[in-house]
Amino acid sequence: MTEPTGLKSWLTTVDHKRIGKLYFWTAFCFFLVGGIEALLIRSQLAQPNSHIVDAQTYNELFTMHGTTMIFLALMPLSVAFFNFIVPLQIGARDVAFPRLNAFSYWVFLLGGIFMNLSWFVGPLFHAGRLSVAPNGGWFGYANLTERQYSIGPNIDFWLLGLQILGVSSLAGGFNFIITILNLRAPGMKMMRLPVFSWMTLVTSFLLITAFPVITVALVFLMFDRNFGTHFYQVSAGGDPVLWQHLFWLFGHPEVYILILPAMGVISEVLPTFSGKPLFGYTVVVYSGILIAFMGWGVWSHHMFSVGLGPIADAVFSSTTMLIAIPTGVKIFNWIATLWGGQIRFDTPLLFAVGFIAMFIIGGLSGVTHASPPADLQQTDTYYVVAHIHYVLFGGTVLGLFAGMYYWWPKMTGRLLNETLGKIHFWLMLIGMNVAFFPMHFIGLLGMPRRVYTYSPDLGVSTMNLVSTVGAFLIAVAMLVFIWNVIRTRTAGKVAGDNPWHGATLEWAMSSPPPVYNFAQIPTVHSRLPLWNEPESVMQKAPTGPIHVPDGSWWPMVAAVGLPLMAGALIAHALWLAFVGAAILIFGIFKWGFEPFEV
Amino acid sequence: MSHAAHAEAGHQTSMGLDSRKMAFWAFIGSECLLFATLISTYLIYKGKSLEGPFPHEILNIPFTSFSTFDLLMSSLWMVLALAAVQRNDMKWAKVWLMGTAIGGLIFLGGQVWEFSHFVEHGLTLQKNMFGTTFFVLTGTHGAHVAVGVLWLLTLWVRAMQGKLTAKNAMTVEITGLYWHFVDVIWIIIFTVVYLIQ
Amino acid sequence: MHKHQRLIQRLLPGLLLVALAACAGPFPQTTLQPKSDLGFAIDHLFTGIFGWAVGVFVVVEGLLLYALIRFRARPGAPAPKPTHGHTALEITWTLAPVLILVMVAVPTIRTIFQTQAPAPADALKVQVIAHQWWWEYRYPDLGVVTANELHLPVGKTVGLDMTSNDVIHSFWVPAIAAKRDVVPGHVNHIVFRPDTIGMYMGQCAEFCGDSHANMRLRVFVESDSAFNAWVANQKAGPVEPAPNSLAATGKADFQHGACIACHTIQGVSAGVIGPNLTHLASRTTIAGATFPEDSLDLALWVNHAPQRKPGAVMMDMNLKPADLQAIVAYLMSLK
Repeated sequence: MTEPTGLKSWLTTVDHKRIGKLYFWTAFCFFLVGGIEALLIRSQLAQPNSHIVDAQTYNELFTMHGTTMIFLALMPLSVAFFNFIVPLQIGARDVAFPRLNAFSYWVFLLGGIFMNLSWFVGPLFHAGRLSVAPNGGWFGYANLTERQYSIGPNIDFWLLGLQILGVSSLAGGFNFIITILNLRAPGMKMMRLPVFSWMTLVTSFLLITAFPVITVALVFLMFDRNFGTHFYQVSAGGDPVLWQHLFWLFGHPEVYILILPAMGVISEVLPTFSGKPLFGYTVVVYSGILIAFMGWGVWSHHMFSVGLGPIADAVFSSTTMLIAIPTGVKIFNWIATLWGGQIRFDTPLLFAVGFIAMFIIGGLSGVTHASPPADLQQTDTYYVVAHIHYVLFGGTVLGLFAGMYYWWPKMTGRLLNETLGKIHFWLMLIGMNVAFFPMHFIGLLGMPRRVYTYSPDLGVSTMNLVSTVGAFLIAVAMLVFIWNVIRTRTAGKVAGDNPWHGATLEWAMSSPPPVYNFAQIPTVHSRLPLWNEPESVMQKAPTGPIHVPDGSWWPMVAAVGLPLMAGALIAHALWLAFVGAAILIFGIFKWGFEPFEV
Repeated sequence: MSHAAHAEAGHQTSMGLDSRKMAFWAFIGSECLLFATLISTYLIYKGKSLEGPFPHEILNIPFTSFSTFDLLMSSLWMVLALAAVQRNDMKWAKVWLMGTAIGGLIFLGGQVWEFSHFVEHGLTLQKNMFGTTFFVLTGTHGAHVAVGVLWLLTLWVRAMQGKLTAKNAMTVEITGLYWHFVDVIWIIIFTVVYLIQ
Repeated sequence: MHKHQRLIQRLLPGLLLVALAACAGPFPQTTLQPKSDLGFAIDHLFTGIFGWAVGVFVVVEGLLLYALIRFRARPGAPAPKPTHGHTALEITWTLAPVLILVMVAVPTIRTIFQTQAPAPADALKVQVIAHQWWWEYRYPDLGVVTANELHLPVGKTVGLDMTSNDVIHSFWVPAIAAKRDVVPGHVNHIVFRPDTIGMYMGQCAEFCGDSHANMRLRVFVESDSAFNAWVANQKAGPVEPAPNSLAATGKADFQHGACIACHTIQGVSAGVIGPNLTHLASRTTIAGATFPEDSLDLALWVNHAPQRKPGAVMMDMNLKPADLQAIVAYLMSLK
């Protein structure tokens, strides 16, 4: 069975493996964009009173760095792995709704492009500068983001872009919930699911519940800015703090959306390279579920300086400390997995261990944040910037790289080079610590966040310079990785079905898998089928034809309607909204009525 | 309707449920969060308008009770439509599908009349917190009703074309789920906004 | 092994030098040297939590490191035992964090209520009104209105009542007042008692637009006599420039210029958009405590405010050099 090739086959693909690759490369490009934004930020801050970028550009840079990294890089990189790996791990031939899957991807791509167009369209808005990129911070606090204080289209690009991306995330969330619950291979009981698939399920539930909240918050802001409502307007009785409540009700589950997939990855990598099963599988799974539920009860720990009052502060402080427990327990389970093993220090394992080591630091600074009085000195300073980068870079990014090195052979058929991988790892680990560790001190010594410059009197100039050096070290590490990727395309060692001797079903077929994944859907009797029952699950040649769904244009067509509708609001062109809506509805109708067999 | 043969037709599903139905319940869960946020915002800003018109001055309970009743009835027509499709009685399926759609259109018409009446009396989106929260909440709900009407009319057209049969019962069931959900949300909005002042 | 050792040996002096430079200080905006009751309470709490954090760090990272070294794959070693769990161990390592967190939570909650108690009746009341990008202070019981530089008597409890004129800001003076957001439509409070005479630097800590980085402030904690003298000076009318002096010309220019639309000088003008300038020259800084209060900086500020502070509401005045000199002379005379 040969797979179609060529541009059309990619534009119309509904194959989860291809969609996974599309997600991966798109997200990776956005990761580089976010990285360049970071380098510009760090260049500006290397010295006090610098003029590398002006204040407005700086505010756009830190806004877009955060927004890009969270919504256009880290989340979609996780989704890339959800896509490629989860159906394989659960023993399915694809996700439950392949066209919805494609739709999610196209909406993501178009939403990311839409938001980043703002860098170049300043002249169209008579802005007097090239860019009108979002500039209100990734968290967009009202009432700074109201029209009165943010006159141009910058914030509109932001709130519309995020609404588009929200559609993508919601669609993906629904898809993976049904896929994992309903398409498991025979014998694959829920408590036999690989932890990565479990974390995908939990993350998907978080996505479909958290995104509606921020959607409403953004709609309120959109209406305030464009239609004269007063959701966050003080003059009419509105309250800007409502934005913060709604944003963080989304925002805290969002950070678990960002970390749980990476936790899932290392829960696969550690057992494979220790040669023994995950310690306390049940507890690791339940703590993931518990974290997702408890994550709804902590949101105001982002608001300890807002003046909510001592009772609210005390309650949220307590719930925040409580959530540290299931998180800490996971760390102990991972260490216990390594304990007593035969640890092979291949690159995936290095990154997984790096995750644990760095996440401990980020988690501990998080505990210091959980105490409101102490947090009053930390919040809105570089201390928080240190915390978030230890958990998001040291945690999510290192965890995702573990996944990349681990699953690269399965996705491409070739192993990434080990020597380059180790160089990448060490440069990145050292670079991130040089970049982010000083920020703990910079913050405690009095430098607030989101400042385009700072006074030399503060005494933090040298530390800022050191931090900048670290950022550039990370950039060098990325170059090493990119070189590894390029080199591997042609010179990479050919991987077999199971180069790492993994235990889960994605290792049961060729690398890369055939288009239909499984010639014979296996029946499993354990959590570790490739270790416990390899003969019955290892794939052999198919015995007859296997139906694979055709591609479809309609998910992409429907997706196009969304940025057009968004553009209509920015361009004040009502006709464009109708055109966009018409394309969306047309695409959906054709999608709904075309003959399509899974 | 579409021949999208999902996991249940010919394949077994792990939960024994139709994937499309499961997905729709997940969607409804998500929508609950959406409306919960809108309703909470309405409640947070209740009584915070700095100037009128205020709810007690302008809301017309008898009129809105009628349109609520109409929406409730339309849920009944929807149940009957599904039953008709399930027993392959396409004649009555068409009647009840159109009936449900008309019920929705009457509701929407009522809202259009009600809102223009409010605007005439000075209550707009921009006037005060009541206007802001009321119109966005009920407008979002109304948009959901409109999508539902479009959906129902599509099914009706398919039925008229002879392309809707008992084989599509799952699609109609999901349509029903959506319609009933939109109805339940209205009951909550009606209670919170109109009845409890 | 040797190659790496030598590399580290060569790098070490350089690294030490950098560390020394970085850690040299002084650190005028540090959170780690509290000078008020509030500052001490927070610092004490943070030190305790930090201690636990360091302890947990050492233990857990240590276990990780040990596991990595001890359990490296060795050729020919037997396959690892497939342990799936160990109930007693798991209960222990769940309870231990709970206990540690209780040790963090109890002082935390105590400190929350202690530090958020309302101001005592005899506290010095100061109203803080945040603007993009400067701080307005009003002492309602003393009849003083000033900007950017707060004066407080040492050893007396202060109650700040804070609100914003536009967007959300955050009042942060690390050594004495910690921080609290300043929100339009709300009044937030900080109650504290500064214990040591000195000048303390602070900064807005909530992103508030283009010149968030330039919204700074200073607090002067001084003896009772110095404070009372300051109050008396602030309450008094503006210094009259000597007749026929450059400052007198400047005052005339001021009265006929755009300045009066935005600034108040008692008896001279009544604008409320910008800071009160009646005693501008009694301050050590200008423009949101961003620049020193001297002729050069004042001249640059008056004529080119948006260049000095991006987004500044104050436009370029574009005064001719002679007029600018006169105005600056007048402003510098307002002690």
